[in-house]
Amino acid sequence: MLVATNLTKEYQSGSSSLTALRDVSFSIPQGDLVAISGPSGSGKTTLLGLLAGLDTPTRGTVVLDGDDITAMSEDGRARLRGAKVGFVFQSFQLIPALTALENVQVPLELRGERDVSVRAQELLSRVGLGKRGSHFPAQLSGGEQQRVAIARAFANSPRILFADEPTGNLDGVTGEMIMDTVVELNRESGTTVIIVTHEQTVAARARRLIRLTDGAMVEDRTL
Amino acid sequence: MQLWRSISRLAWRESRTARRRLLLSMSSISLGVGALVAIDSFAANLTSSLREQSRALLGGDIAFAARRPFTPAADSLFDSLSTSGVQLAYSTNFPSMAVIKRTGNTRLVQIRAVSAEYPLYGQITTEPAGKWRELQTGAHALIDPSLLVALDTRVGDTITVGYARFLIAGTVKDVAGTPGIAEMIGPRVFIPARYLAETQLLQFGSTAGYEVLGRTTSPGVAARVSQAVRPRRRALDISVRTAEETEDNVSEAIAQLAQFIGVVGLVALLLGGLGVASGVHAFVARKIDTVAILRCLGATSRQVLAVYVLQAAIMGLVGAAFGVVLGLGMQLLVPMALSDILPVDVSVRPEPSAMLAGLLVGAWVALAFALRPLLALRQISPLQTLRRDADSNVLKMRWRDAPRLLVNAAIAASVVTIAVLRTGSLREGIAMSAGAGAALLLLAASAEFLSWLARKAVRPRWPYVLRQGISNLHRPANQTRPVILALGFGAFLVTTLYVVQSSLLARFSLGVGSSSANVVFFDVQQDQRPGVDSLVLAGAERLVQRAPVVVMRVASINGVLVSDDRIESTPDGPRARWALRREFRSTFRDTLVSSEKLVAGRWDASTRIGSDTSSISVEQDLARDLRLKLGDIVSWDVQGVPVVTRITSLRAVDWNRFEPNFFIVFRPDALAAAPTQFILTAKTLDAGQTARLQRAIVSRFPNVSSIDLSLIQNTIGKIIDRVTVAVRFLALFSLAMAIPVLVSAVAGARRERVREGVLLKTLGATRAQVARVMLAEYTALGVLGSATGLLLAYVAGWAITRFVFETDFAPAIGASLGIAALMIALTVTIGLLAGREVFRETAMAALRSD
Repeated sequence: MLVATNLTKEYQSGSSSLTALRDVSFSIPQGDLVAISGPSGSGKTTLLGLLAGLDTPTRGTVVLDGDDITAMSEDGRARLRGAKVGFVFQSFQLIPALTALENVQVPLELRGERDVSVRAQELLSRVGLGKRGSHFPAQLSGGEQQRVAIARAFANSPRILFADEPTGNLDGVTGEMIMDTVVELNRESGTTVIIVTHEQTVAARARRLIRLTDGAMVEDRTL
Repeated sequence: MQLWRSISRLAWRESRTARRRLLLSMSSISLGVGALVAIDSFAANLTSSLREQSRALLGGDIAFAARRPFTPAADSLFDSLSTSGVQLAYSTNFPSMAVIKRTGNTRLVQIRAVSAEYPLYGQITTEPAGKWRELQTGAHALIDPSLLVALDTRVGDTITVGYARFLIAGTVKDVAGTPGIAEMIGPRVFIPARYLAETQLLQFGSTAGYEVLGRTTSPGVAARVSQAVRPRRRALDISVRTAEETEDNVSEAIAQLAQFIGVVGLVALLLGGLGVASGVHAFVARKIDTVAILRCLGATSRQVLAVYVLQAAIMGLVGAAFGVVLGLGMQLLVPMALSDILPVDVSVRPEPSAMLAGLLVGAWVALAFALRPLLALRQISPLQTLRRDADSNVLKMRWRDAPRLLVNAAIAASVVTIAVLRTGSLREGIAMSAGAGAALLLLAASAEFLSWLARKAVRPRWPYVLRQGISNLHRPANQTRPVILALGFGAFLVTTLYVVQSSLLARFSLGVGSSSANVVFFDVQQDQRPGVDSLVLAGAERLVQRAPVVVMRVASINGVLVSDDRIESTPDGPRARWALRREFRSTFRDTLVSSEKLVAGRWDASTRIGSDTSSISVEQDLARDLRLKLGDIVSWDVQGVPVVTRITSLRAVDWNRFEPNFFIVFRPDALAAAPTQFILTAKTLDAGQTARLQRAIVSRFPNVSSIDLSLIQNTIGKIIDRVTVAVRFLALFSLAMAIPVLVSAVAGARRERVREGVLLKTLGATRAQVARVMLAEYTALGVLGSATGLLLAYVAGWAITRFVFETDFAPAIGASLGIAALMIALTVTIGLLAGREVFRETAMAALRSD
């Protein structure tokens, strides 16, 4: 369960202030698949950052699985992310010095778990990259990199997955395959998935659509 | 525990792409560690070699020495030692002219007349081998090999010393306990002691050293004898030393020397620390993205810091270990470079304690300096994965960040602690740290000044590339401060070495150059004076100066006898013992000479104070050491006759001039009756005239010694050459040290410069234009960095020459300009090399990879 209440984010630039997000409130039940959509500069990424605890709001609260993350310290939020949150980014954001397998292991290792390679190998196999574990990110195609990122995102069995334009850097067919994987994992694991996208085809795969314009929520409907 | 294991694993894996780069940054520390390990190991080697060879160094377990023939009381002491089982060896040493009969060549040499037992310890090797044993079998001489050349002689020739003749049986290759350079300063001629009288050279008042060496039967005897003799040494008129004391004295001198050179090592370490800091800063900038991802994946700031501190610590340790290996290599080279000036053969062996200390100090300094930039990793927001800010904004730290202040304090405390431990003195350690700190602050201030100047000075009418290059000095993500620090410090070190060297060398050349005489004759007896005078007048261009010399000692000061212990203390402090006991060679005349200046009192040769008291003029440094003031009454023992004087003036004497100079100048009539010798100086046209004159005088007056100043000049030249080589080595070392630091400093802004260059190319700039932008920036950095370094070096050089060497400051303009040019070229080269990707890649490829 994710509850956002009156989320507002203002940026101060000299004497003038810019409102990136204005009084956004909604609640997302566990296991839902939600798309956040809107034109460039509408506040999509800002909202994602606040919901995932990567940033703090100027006003308002975010309660994730019963925890008010807006009241937590940065390290408290990091621990929460490590335990309950997964991420998929437009630019994949794999650690270049680590192999595919090692990238998937990182969230587990940060929690001090043992025998992480078995679980990481399982996850890689699930995204169809069982034999590419020893490759470095630079040796993988964009689609493969994003699949590694998805395997990594699911490594800690997150309660919620945030995806920022997950198909933005991929061609149409590869993008479709990635979305298939995400939807499948959502269905199988019961993980809440929140996708930020400006692509209609991606948004159409969600069960609920939240649309933003100029920092305000202008639409919230079930698809 | 499991978590730590995971963190270590992650640290190891994550370092894959950065190990080489991180190691390069850490290698800045290696040269500093190398210097420390080499110096400490060598000092330890030298000390243990000294311990093993201290008896050979002194020549026995105990040595007695006198400046006059031993008194009957001293002789009976030696007799009693001999009967109690102490083996004795005698040696009498004095300078004299040596003449080769076959060629007629002459040269001032050091005569060492030794008894059959000499040396009691250590070996004297000869060429041909085994000739040392033959020395005592007849009128034989063994000479230093350099004399073969200087006198154009060979083994088998006859050498004349005074009125005695000796057959040259061979040359001495290695004399235990004397450094090789001794041969260069005074070439030695060993003769059997029993032929000493035949030379007829040791007359009343001659300069000679008398030595008796003793070999004891059991340990502890030497110390007991020394203790027993010490209270009587004034009455016996001898000095006494044991091998242990010699070892202590030399060890102490070596420790001081090692401390002094260690300062260079410490500065190298500090400079290395700065290199590490700027290298790690560049490393951190490259890690922003990875850290942001780790933060997204749930890493806490501590975990992130742990990953990278671990990487830095391990690489720091590797850098320091590399330094230790380097130090071992340098340790092998040092004895080779110094073999001529060391009194013992140094056996080189690894010193585990010095190696361990170097490793730990190096690793710690690397870590402490790396921590400062690494702390910025804590504040990288996971939001950077979504929205990337400029590196400089991401890494900007609050000034009052507590861990940062703590790290700063730890760095300062480490530097002071290491400095105090190395200098062995709290005051010196703090002063040295403060000096290094002040130099760094000044360089940082000059970097700020350059940024400010760049902001103010750029004019719209300047060509675009120049405007762009100069503006890079103050724009965000500029590299002005780290480059100026690295470059300035390097230029500072190298230039300081050169200006100090040039000041010291200027002192020598001034001394030789301003003297109009080029040959000196001394030990001319009163009755020989007319003869020598006429020979000089006939054989030289002119006789420059003739100074009478009277040998004397202090008998009493203001009524207190020199044998009275109370004489040593005065209300102004203790009187210098060396001056109370020494033999003074004084002169008398009624005018000042050109190398003297009156600094207190009146020069009035006609002053007669009383019928028994005459006026004297005292050299000011001697007056200071003896705590003498104008008006003090000093009584002299002029070879048994008391002469009472009052100090009426003090003089400053320029001792660097090769002219007869004196501590004490008497009234002409005060010493009229005293036994007098003379020193004559003369001017000749060339070496041939000098040699003919020397031959003429030595053949008629064998006791008269002479020095050809051009030979001294040659000897000084040789010594200067060695000093120059040492200075060049240190300078090269400093320069080698500055390079990795400079590379690290430039690497800090490399990404920004490449990104900027590629953007310029995308906007239509040619490669030549981009190169000129970079050239303008790096030239400006090079010029200001070198200029600040030079300025600092001149201040430091002036202070060192003025206060440490107490000589005039002579700037080395040519060398300084050369160093500046080299530094500028180095900066530009490193800068262009670091940014070479701009030229190599197409705009599109570079943008995509970025």
